[in-house]
Amino acid sequence: MLSRQKIKGKSPEEKMKSNGFLSNITNWFRHMTFWKSVFLALVAAGLYSTVVRFLFGLGAATHLSDDFPWGLWIGFDVLCGVGLAAGGFVVASAVYVFNLDQYQAIVRPSVLTAFLGYVLVVFALLFDLGRPWNIWHPMVMWNPHSVMFEVAWCVILYTAVLALEFSPMLFERLRMHRAVHAVHKVIVPLVILGVMLSTLHQSSLGSLYLIVPEKMYPLWYSGNLPFFFFISAVAVGPAMVTIESFISSRAFHREIEMPILSKLGKVSAVALAIYLVLKIEDILNYHLAPYLSTFNLEGVLYWVEILGGVVLPMVLLVIPKVRESKRGLFYTALLIVSGFVLNRMDVSITSIERYYSQFGVNYFPSWMEISVTLMIVAVGFGTFAWAAKNLAVFPKEVHAEAPAHAESYEVVVLEDNAQLKSAHTFGMEAK
Amino acid sequence: MKKQVGILVDTTQCIGCMSCEEACADRWGFPHTEVHELSCEKNTVVQQWGGTYVPRLCMHCEEPACASVCPVGALHKTAEGPVVYDESKCIGCRYCMQACAFQIPKYQWNKANPHITKCDMCFERTENGKQPACVEACPAQARIFGYRDDLLQEAEKKIKENPKTYVQHVFGETEVGGTSTIYLAGVDFSELGFPPSLPKRALPQYTLDIMEKIPDYFVWGSTLMAGFWWLTNRKKKVAEYEEQMREGKPNAVASEDKRQIAGGKDEK
Repeated sequence: MLSRQKIKGKSPEEKMKSNGFLSNITNWFRHMTFWKSVFLALVAAGLYSTVVRFLFGLGAATHLSDDFPWGLWIGFDVLCGVGLAAGGFVVASAVYVFNLDQYQAIVRPSVLTAFLGYVLVVFALLFDLGRPWNIWHPMVMWNPHSVMFEVAWCVILYTAVLALEFSPMLFERLRMHRAVHAVHKVIVPLVILGVMLSTLHQSSLGSLYLIVPEKMYPLWYSGNLPFFFFISAVAVGPAMVTIESFISSRAFHREIEMPILSKLGKVSAVALAIYLVLKIEDILNYHLAPYLSTFNLEGVLYWVEILGGVVLPMVLLVIPKVRESKRGLFYTALLIVSGFVLNRMDVSITSIERYYSQFGVNYFPSWMEISVTLMIVAVGFGTFAWAAKNLAVFPKEVHAEAPAHAESYEVVVLEDNAQLKSAHTFGMEAK
Repeated sequence: MKKQVGILVDTTQCIGCMSCEEACADRWGFPHTEVHELSCEKNTVVQQWGGTYVPRLCMHCEEPACASVCPVGALHKTAEGPVVYDESKCIGCRYCMQACAFQIPKYQWNKANPHITKCDMCFERTENGKQPACVEACPAQARIFGYRDDLLQEAEKKIKENPKTYVQHVFGETEVGGTSTIYLAGVDFSELGFPPSLPKRALPQYTLDIMEKIPDYFVWGSTLMAGFWWLTNRKKKVAEYEEQMREGKPNAVASEDKRQIAGGKDEK
């Protein structure tokens, strides 16, 4: 297979030298685009809130209070952040543990997203923790009864595992071939460890809420919370990988790995089906029928979550025509992700809001909380874009096929769906 | 096991003089205010619910949710009974506040280096055989300090002797597995701002159900995964071997697989 250097003509090191780091940055600012200015605006707003948060405390920057101690930063940044990074362990286990080689092409973007996701979750946690400089305490001050202690350890270890899984991309760029080889030797046990740790802390994020049966709205409290959290993470992981492939295919003018993504869609469909069965069991176990027929805020949100985020995407994924079409798969993935985010926000905020409203508190995040969250999301997008450009994230074949004419190639693809579809059917038949 | 101490609060006796609030504020070095809500500057308050004065303070649960959820063990239940807090360990995650069924731990929201505040039953006083400041200050015997077992008997006796004064319920005897602060009242506790539907089961048990399974899960899960790897890897190897045997008559499927396998190996 052709190496990256041969295609580009210059080695990355040579490029770095000829351009220089500083001129790279000035270039970045000189070629201002719409998305770059959005990025800068979000980061600027977020930095302002950061200053307020760390100078004057959480009370000054957030709408949190004694009667509502956990808000957007736990509900979205942590619960959703960790969940949306689940593609990493789903795809890595498919390739390395189950030896499903056809997913090889998307291992790297998935692992990269997962790694970035976890680093950003820890970064976000620094805002939410009242004493972030003590974040290392769980490593030496143990309380094995605490779910959060377990989550902390799993996140520390799994981030380390992800860093190792991700490291070949960096080592290749630095031409440290022996290091790449060393990582590949231990990749299987590494991935197995990663899967174990992911399963544990994905589910444990649900277990965090097991201790508040008296506070949560009955529609969301369940002894099955850890299983719900885990299975929905398995469903959302492939959906995130799909969305990311679509966005990056647009941004970097590369072809989408449709046959692989359609297959991955089936993983989501199965996970959603199991999730739905468990949810129905929940309705029977906890006698939720009266709450389901009450169309208050909670009732409506619950129905939206189940119908829009579980049943509808599951049905859509079962239909081959939808699953194998670019647009169909993209919008289905979007449904799964939205349903997932809604679920996490419901568990962490909506379900507890009614309980706390008896103290006269109705939580809605402050603009500063939102701006910090948006800044973190923007940094995530920015870092992914940088890595995708500078590291060997995407499969090499794609670059080799059309390095110079990528842009025109993409236009052809977008305009001629029929041709593309026939290409897919051919790909499917070949297998 | 040591005999545990506790506080019996008799809401029918409280006269709302706020002496306890003042004694508590002095003990912690908090300002005296007229706001009767627990906060980072109030570890005990007297609230008015209907015609009843209700002193509030940490319940010092037998199995405290706050201590069980704290990732760094900054909160713990002492052998003597009080639930105490070690500021130097705290990371400020506020899981204790989220988990507490009685909204007791409070947070310094407007400090850059905040910590939690909560009643510790004047641990350094009770350790040395003295009474908590609030109990000592109470002129009406609305707060009684003693061994929890004795206080429970005392409460039962009071109810038996004055069945018209008291409702037949010692709050904290069984709620969330029992608490070291227990209450007597003349009206239903739900009318005095107490959480109405608390389980009898200690709250940490709800998580322990799951946490207990983790070591087993880890051992069996990783074994299973390793087994899957072995099986699928062998299948792949066999397929590769068979393909080699068939060499000379390639077909579309085999060549595609071969390319993928080669692609996978090329990563090395």
